[in-house]
Amino acid sequence: MKILISVVAALLTVVVTTSAQAFCGFYVARADTSLFNRASQVVLVRDENRTVITMANDFEGKVADFAVVVPVPTMIEREQINVGDRAVVQHLDAYTSPRLVEYHDPDPCMRYDRMEMSQDSAAFPKASSEMKRAARSQGVTIEASYTVGEYDILILSASQSDGLIRWLNDNGYRIPRGAKRVVDSYLKQDMRFFVAKVNLEEQSKLGYQYLRPLQVAYESNKFMLPIRLGTLNAKGKQELYVYALTRTGRVETTNYRTVKLPTNTELPEFVQGEFPEFYRAMFDKQTRAENERGVFLEYAWDMAWCDPCAADPLSAKELRQLGVFWIGGNNSRAGKIAPPPAAAQNVFVTRLHVRYDREHFPEDLVFQETGDRQNYQGRYVIRHPWKGETSCDATQYQASVRDRQEREAQQLANLTGWNIDDIRAKIKFAGGERPLPRKEPWWKRIWG
Amino acid sequence: MTLKNHLKDPRYYQIAVLTSLVCFGVVALDFGIHWQNAVTIVATALGVQLLGTHYARLPHFDPLSPLITSLSLTLLLRTDELALAAAAAAIAIGGKFLIRFRGKHVFNPANMALVTLMLASDQAWVSSGQWGSAAIGAFTLACLGFLVLTRARRAETTIAFLLIYASMLFGRAAWLGDPLAIPMHQLQNGALLIFAFFMISDPKTTPNSAAGRVLFAAIVATIAFTIQFIYYEPNGPILALIISAPAVPLIDTLMRGQLYRWQRPAARARNPVKGVY
Repeated sequence: MKILISVVAALLTVVVTTSAQAFCGFYVARADTSLFNRASQVVLVRDENRTVITMANDFEGKVADFAVVVPVPTMIEREQINVGDRAVVQHLDAYTSPRLVEYHDPDPCMRYDRMEMSQDSAAFPKASSEMKRAARSQGVTIEASYTVGEYDILILSASQSDGLIRWLNDNGYRIPRGAKRVVDSYLKQDMRFFVAKVNLEEQSKLGYQYLRPLQVAYESNKFMLPIRLGTLNAKGKQELYVYALTRTGRVETTNYRTVKLPTNTELPEFVQGEFPEFYRAMFDKQTRAENERGVFLEYAWDMAWCDPCAADPLSAKELRQLGVFWIGGNNSRAGKIAPPPAAAQNVFVTRLHVRYDREHFPEDLVFQETGDRQNYQGRYVIRHPWKGETSCDATQYQASVRDRQEREAQQLANLTGWNIDDIRAKIKFAGGERPLPRKEPWWKRIWG
Repeated sequence: MTLKNHLKDPRYYQIAVLTSLVCFGVVALDFGIHWQNAVTIVATALGVQLLGTHYARLPHFDPLSPLITSLSLTLLLRTDELALAAAAAAIAIGGKFLIRFRGKHVFNPANMALVTLMLASDQAWVSSGQWGSAAIGAFTLACLGFLVLTRARRAETTIAFLLIYASMLFGRAAWLGDPLAIPMHQLQNGALLIFAFFMISDPKTTPNSAAGRVLFAAIVATIAFTIQFIYYEPNGPILALIISAPAVPLIDTLMRGQLYRWQRPAARARNPVKGVY
């Protein structure tokens, strides 16, 4: 119900603030990350060999139980770590979400030129000397320890995984079985471990009711996301969203297939009330079609604009907060539903959605930036038939609407795997009747 | 040329495999190939070959080699700019006529074009992961079929490269303690297969002797592995080939003796097409 209410509210504001130039339809709903449970979101800002990673998660337990262990390719200094603003990540999620748009059929008795959419387009204090000594005896080196915001952070390196795992377990981190081999592998690849826990005292001082995203900036040729540790203790599959912000173009995985989800499809009207269900079903079906090994592209767009907008583009200030280091910090907001202005932000956003487990994603995700600046969005369309009075014989119009409704039903069945008869039963066919199962014979039209 | 002779020339088989792969890629797989790019690349490559044939005064126009080069380019090169696609084809075929040493061209045509464009422009890239397991499986079969059907002519380079590169991947996994699934997954890469079967195998840009070709494949595999897993840069094999290319004349000088003793009489019968490959 909550979604329905926000749909109505969004519709009202969009209708008021946009004019007829919205050729791509009026935005009515979006499929943001809250649709899926256990979703983590990662923002990767990347240019040359510089990376700023922002890690957000939907952790909902006691904050004292929260801990992350992330392999990082280099030593991390205090200034390379920051605690970000959750709202900015949420804004990025909203801006890049797959969207539902609507059109209303015009009065069939009026003549218009058709407008087409342009296609271009357990907290510990600072590592005490005692702690360091204990660590060293297990072959673990605490290279640095910082308190940043509500987090206590350690950068660990180790000569052997045994020591590191024992140390982590001794210090209240629950490390899953089978982690040894993976940790060993990362250590041999000269990776460090970034471990963070919540400092309850700092957290109560700061007064946040939720965990803010952690940000780390580093310089390394490795343009990758370590997912292997995460697959060890997970029950079933996990959802991961990667938002890449780059200067040149779209980002794709080099070791898994990056697939564009079907888009620009016309769907029955009732999908407006069931957009989350529709999106989940479609995503399930597409993952299976790719043998559960696909990485899905949900959005690829120049950050300067959007059409239709599921949310406004991020401001320069927000982009700076996410670590986009190559743009100025003034607070200019990009245009909405407008071609990119001359001084565009020079930020291209790619949203990837991965459903992964150990069996299908044995290797960490490796990315590359491509030169592709073609815009892509997950966009689904509903067309409302004309419901007003008609001043002429609308039989033909109604027949065409019925054909369209049947086509929409088939497309929906195709995308989601839902039963076609169930879909048809939910459609209010124009004129109250369903289209004939077969087309009328060709000779009926010859002599009028 | 009789049908029998056609079948003897492995390039017909290569063209058939590559063409079906391009069609499959455009129609079914959506791995980012635009048909406009394919047409532009093929047309430009044939045009430049025609010009080259004229200026180099070759006995006849040979469309097979430029076709293989353009199909490989179509499969590997990604760009949204048609002009860049055309430039790639022109560089590939033009370079073949211009950069020569002792009667052979030095760089593999498609390889040189890919590397030039990737270095010169940020609008061109290679999508190595866009295949999906079904396509990889079918393509591997077709490639192995190629080896069997053409009785593995000059296949040492391909086989040696794949074996050495694979053993490095498995060796790395064993050292890191990684599961076998990881090197297996790394080998299931479309760009790697195209590279091994259609690029490094080019008899015109590899050493003349069989031992030389195996040595060359070992050099390429080592550099590729270094780029990919020590420097963590993408496109290791493609960069490795261009770096190793100048070693070919050197290997030919060192291993010439072997060439004359057993390679030459057979080579004439095996490679009936004259002109620039």
